[in-house]
Amino acid sequence: MTEPLLSVRDLVVEFPTRRGTLRAIDKVSFDIAEGEVLGMVGESGAGKSITGSAIIGLIEPPGRIAGGEIWLRGHRIDNLPREKLRRIRGKRIGMVFQDPLTSLNPLYTVADQLIETIRTHIDVGEKEARRRAIALLDRVGIPAAARRIDDYPHHFSGGMRQRVVIALALCAEPELVIADEPTTALDVSVQAQIIDVLKEICAERGASVMLITHDMGVIAETADRVAVLYAGRLAEIGPVRDVIKHAEHPYTAGLMGSIPTLTQTSKRLVQIPGSMPRLNAIPPGCAFNPRCEQAFERCRTERPEPLARGGGRQVACWLYDRAEARHD
Amino acid sequence: MIAFIIRRLLQSLIVMLAVALVSFSLFRFVGDPIASMVGQEATLAEREALRQQLGLNDPFVMQFLGFIGRAIQGDFGISYRLQQPVMELILSRLPATLELALISGFFAFVFGVAFGVYTALNRRGWLSNSIMTLSLIGVSLPTFLIGVLLIWVFAVELQWLPSFGRGETVWIGDWWRTGLLTHSGRVSLILPAITLGLYQMTLIMRLVRAEMLEVLRADYIKFARARGLSNRAVNFGHALKNTMVPVITITGLQLGSIIAFAIITETVFQWPGVGALFIRSVQFVDVPVMAAYLMLIALIFVVINLIVDLLYYVVDPRLRVDRASARH
Repeated sequence: MTEPLLSVRDLVVEFPTRRGTLRAIDKVSFDIAEGEVLGMVGESGAGKSITGSAIIGLIEPPGRIAGGEIWLRGHRIDNLPREKLRRIRGKRIGMVFQDPLTSLNPLYTVADQLIETIRTHIDVGEKEARRRAIALLDRVGIPAAARRIDDYPHHFSGGMRQRVVIALALCAEPELVIADEPTTALDVSVQAQIIDVLKEICAERGASVMLITHDMGVIAETADRVAVLYAGRLAEIGPVRDVIKHAEHPYTAGLMGSIPTLTQTSKRLVQIPGSMPRLNAIPPGCAFNPRCEQAFERCRTERPEPLARGGGRQVACWLYDRAEARHD
Repeated sequence: MIAFIIRRLLQSLIVMLAVALVSFSLFRFVGDPIASMVGQEATLAEREALRQQLGLNDPFVMQFLGFIGRAIQGDFGISYRLQQPVMELILSRLPATLELALISGFFAFVFGVAFGVYTALNRRGWLSNSIMTLSLIGVSLPTFLIGVLLIWVFAVELQWLPSFGRGETVWIGDWWRTGLLTHSGRVSLILPAITLGLYQMTLIMRLVRAEMLEVLRADYIKFARARGLSNRAVNFGHALKNTMVPVITITGLQLGSIIAFAIITETVFQWPGVGALFIRSVQFVDVPVMAAYLMLIALIFVVINLIVDLLYYVVDPRLRVDRASARH
């Protein structure tokens, strides 16, 4: 297998608080291959966005990366000095945020912001940067880009602004794009268009995508692989089709059961009892054990590590270690 | 834009009329002007003749209209105390006050913004904490006390700077006497300017700090960092400009206050400005000077407000609505 574009190993992110240190991310590992779209799902607070911020080195203090390693194309990036990390941001890793209404600086025109970003990373003149900016806006589907480039963000609608944000994230041709819930703040009617634009452009430039969302529908249509996070830990990761069709981790299974489908109209949607534990009250053993119907003794005492299940899947659940456990 | 300016001008006009009414009422309520204008030996007939001659027997409305008519032409009558035209008196003292106010306002703004930005960017540093603590003193000490303390330390104990007056002045043109061109003039300006500007500086500093901290948390700042822009571009290009909108308002209004409340500083330092003239006039019930001073201060406030409103347009494109409305 070729070297992955991005490799996250045992990432730990901690937030020191007055009442002790909270672990927002607890030993999460995953890879993103060249040109691959990795979906990252989980409930609010499961640590999806923080994982994204950690990769790009923008965790808000006092939060910090307390352990683990992040490798980009064979170079470790989590311990780089600030200035070197800054040169990677935007240039090699682009990021798209959730709310296009607040992602753009209201006091500068779209042209100002695009040209500034392009010229920060690429050694081109004002004119060339502007030409590239217009081409990019045109590519993300903004009509009459040459005319509209001098407009301010408030002249654009939400969907159009998110297109501008995508253009900004992509303007230095990064190898990896982290899209943090890029469609959550948008109208349902525009969501699909934005995902399409993002996916197409990344595909034609060979950029990998880490798509953070809680919308399983988007993941199913867009991603190649999916990682499921629960309480800051990786529950399951694998090819999207396998995980959706045959979820192995009980949490993933519950998550899939809670999605309405058109074919089974009569059946009641499955609901996982209880709610995700707060970060300062994660139970010993498997974080999911109090809500899990299949939990047994070992789940309450020992934390499951991700187990390789073949076909590129990993599941952090003792259910799949039973045979081995009995064997002992 | 034009409509906006016209609307604001009309509003200003109404404000000025209201102030004119108050100033005019001074004449009627602060004793009988005739009593202070004629000697004790004047007969009733003489008094009546003067009353008639000055139009004091006309109906209120007529007198008020006459007052406004003359005020527009810059005629506020003759000072009871000094027997000179009021306008001449004020104009001869205005340069002293304006020089003091503008210089201290300028430095209050420059240092206020600089300290505010510094303390916002280095929130936990010891220097920031010291500046913040000192600023509390600046906010809470009354102006006259600061003035007296400065005189005591720098004029009496250390004997570095003069304690009163304007030093040597030279004429620029026909009616502007400046102290800025001579050494003794500049030296004399230092203590009064600090006294007058200290409070404003701490106010601006605390405002800039609070606004900047707010802006630094905004999504577009995070996005700007995620695009790999340099710290300088993010802090000064993106954050500071967004901070300035409310700061401009307050600074503008404070400039008005500086001119108006120069009274105390001018009294402490025996600065030959309009404020000192006003205090003297109050002591001698010199109503024309008081009325003119009131109108002058109101005019300054109104003009500054107008300028501040126009500056908004320059800084914040969202207010330029006329262009945007056509596109949505």
